[in-house]
Amino acid sequence: MTPLLQVRGITKFYGARLGCRDVGFDLYPGEVMGIVGESGSGKTTLLGCLAGQIAPDAGEVLFDTRADGPRDTLTMSEPERRMLSRTDWAFVHQHARDGLRMGVSAGGNVGERLMAVGARHYGEIRGQAADWLGRVEIPDDRIDDRPTAFSGGMQQRLQIARNLVTGPRLVFMDEPTGGLDVSVQARLLDLLRGLVREMGLSAIIVTHDLAVVRLLADRLMVMKDGHVVERGLTDQVLDDPQHGYTQLLVSSVLQV
Amino acid sequence: MIELDDVSKTFTLHNQGGAVIPVMQGAGLRVARGECVALTGKSGAGKSTLMRMIYGNYLAASGRIMVGEVDVAAATPRDILDLRRHTLGYVSQFLRVVPRVPTLEVVAEPLLALGHARDAALERAGTLLARLNIPERLWQLSPTTFSGGEQQRVNIARGFAHAYPALLLDEPTASLDAMNRETVLCLVEEAKAGGAAIVGIFHDESARHRVCDREIDVSGFTPGLS
Repeated sequence: MTPLLQVRGITKFYGARLGCRDVGFDLYPGEVMGIVGESGSGKTTLLGCLAGQIAPDAGEVLFDTRADGPRDTLTMSEPERRMLSRTDWAFVHQHARDGLRMGVSAGGNVGERLMAVGARHYGEIRGQAADWLGRVEIPDDRIDDRPTAFSGGMQQRLQIARNLVTGPRLVFMDEPTGGLDVSVQARLLDLLRGLVREMGLSAIIVTHDLAVVRLLADRLMVMKDGHVVERGLTDQVLDDPQHGYTQLLVSSVLQV
Repeated sequence: MIELDDVSKTFTLHNQGGAVIPVMQGAGLRVARGECVALTGKSGAGKSTLMRMIYGNYLAASGRIMVGEVDVAAATPRDILDLRRHTLGYVSQFLRVVPRVPTLEVVAEPLLALGHARDAALERAGTLLARLNIPERLWQLSPTTFSGGEQQRVNIARGFAHAYPALLLDEPTASLDAMNRETVLCLVEEAKAGGAAIVGIFHDESARHRVCDREIDVSGFTPGLS
C-alpha cells in the first residue's frame, strides 16, 4: 500500500533558531499519528510545514494525490496546493476562531467549504450543512446563529464540521482539545474517533496532552528542541519509554 | 502459534542516573493452537512484563517473539497494529476507553474495526454482556462510571468479541464472583476449542488447573533468580 503521506528531512530555521530538523515519517491511509512535546519543541512548526502553511528550508512532503499519485506538495504551484487543501486536507486549529468565519452563520461556515469545491445548489448545500451540524451535535435551531454566540466546545465542533464536510483524506489537528473543559474534551474525542473510523481518515494530531494521544493516536512521535527523540506504537512509547526525555514527560503526568 | 526464543528485557532509567535494570533473560515459550499456557511465579517475577512484550506494549531488548507469522520484537508499529486487529487479543486488568462511549460500543469496537456489519457486531457485544451479567440498562452508559468488577467484565467481553487466534489474559477471573468466574472460564474453554493459543496469568489456582494445559514459571527467566 502506498503511504498517504511520505515526509522526508523536513528542516526549518527561524534565522539562527531551529524550528525543527530532519523530520521524516510515513503515514498510511486510516492511520492517526500523534506528535507530542512541550511548548517550543517544534511540533507546531512541523505541522505548519506539512500542511503547506510554513515553507521549510529543506525536505519533501509527498502526498498521494488522487490523480497523479505521490507528489511533493512543497514544489507544487500555489493554486494546486490551495486546491488540495480544499479537497483533500483539513486543518483543525486550536482556537476555533482561527478556523471559522466569525461573521458568518454556522450553516454558512459549513456551506462555504462546499461551495469552495464547486457545490452550487442552495438546498443541497444547506441540507449537507444541517446533516454535518447534527453529526457534531449542534442543534438544528442554531444553524443560522453566528459562531460568536456559541460556547468554546460548540465552536470547536463547528470547526470540525466545516473541515470534514468536503470529505478530506488527511486532517491536521493542532491541540484540538486544548483550552476546553474536560467533559467537553471527552465529547470531542469521542466524535473524532468515530469520524476517523467511519470516514477512514488519516490524521496528524499535535498536542501536549498524553491522555489525548493515548486514546486517539495509533503511533506517536516525541519531539524535543526541534528533533524527534522517540517514535513508535503509542501505548509502547507511553508505557515503556526509551528516551530520557519521554520518560520524564510520562512520569510528569498527574495521575487522576 | 506463539513462540518466544531467548527474549530479554532491560529498563534504562535515564532520569535516575541511567540505571540499567535487567528484568528478563533467556525467556522461551511455545503455545500451540487450542492450548492454554499459564505464566506463574511470584509477584514481580515478570509475568505481566512477558505478556506485555508479547503484545508489543513493552520493547524486547533481544530475542524473537513470533505470533503467527509476525516477529513482534522486530515488527513495525503498523504491522503490530494489524496483528492486534486480526490475530492477537489482550485482556488487561485495566479498562481504557474514550469517555462517553456506550458500553455496547466499547465491546463491539474490535469487531467494527475489522469491518464487521454494525448490527452483527452490536448483537455479539450484547450476547457477551448478557453472559457476563452486565444488566441491559447499563449498556448505553459509558463503562467509566461502572464499579471495578463491572469494568473488568466489560473488558473481558471486549477481549472475547472477536475470535482471536492468539489471546493474552492477565488475571481474567480476579475479583469476580463465582457465577461470573464460571462464565469467564467457559469463554476461555470455548476459545481453546475454537483453536486459540492462549497465554494467561491466573492467581486463582483452581481456575488455572481447569483451563491451562501447562505452566511456565517465569522466575526461571529472572536474572539473578535462576
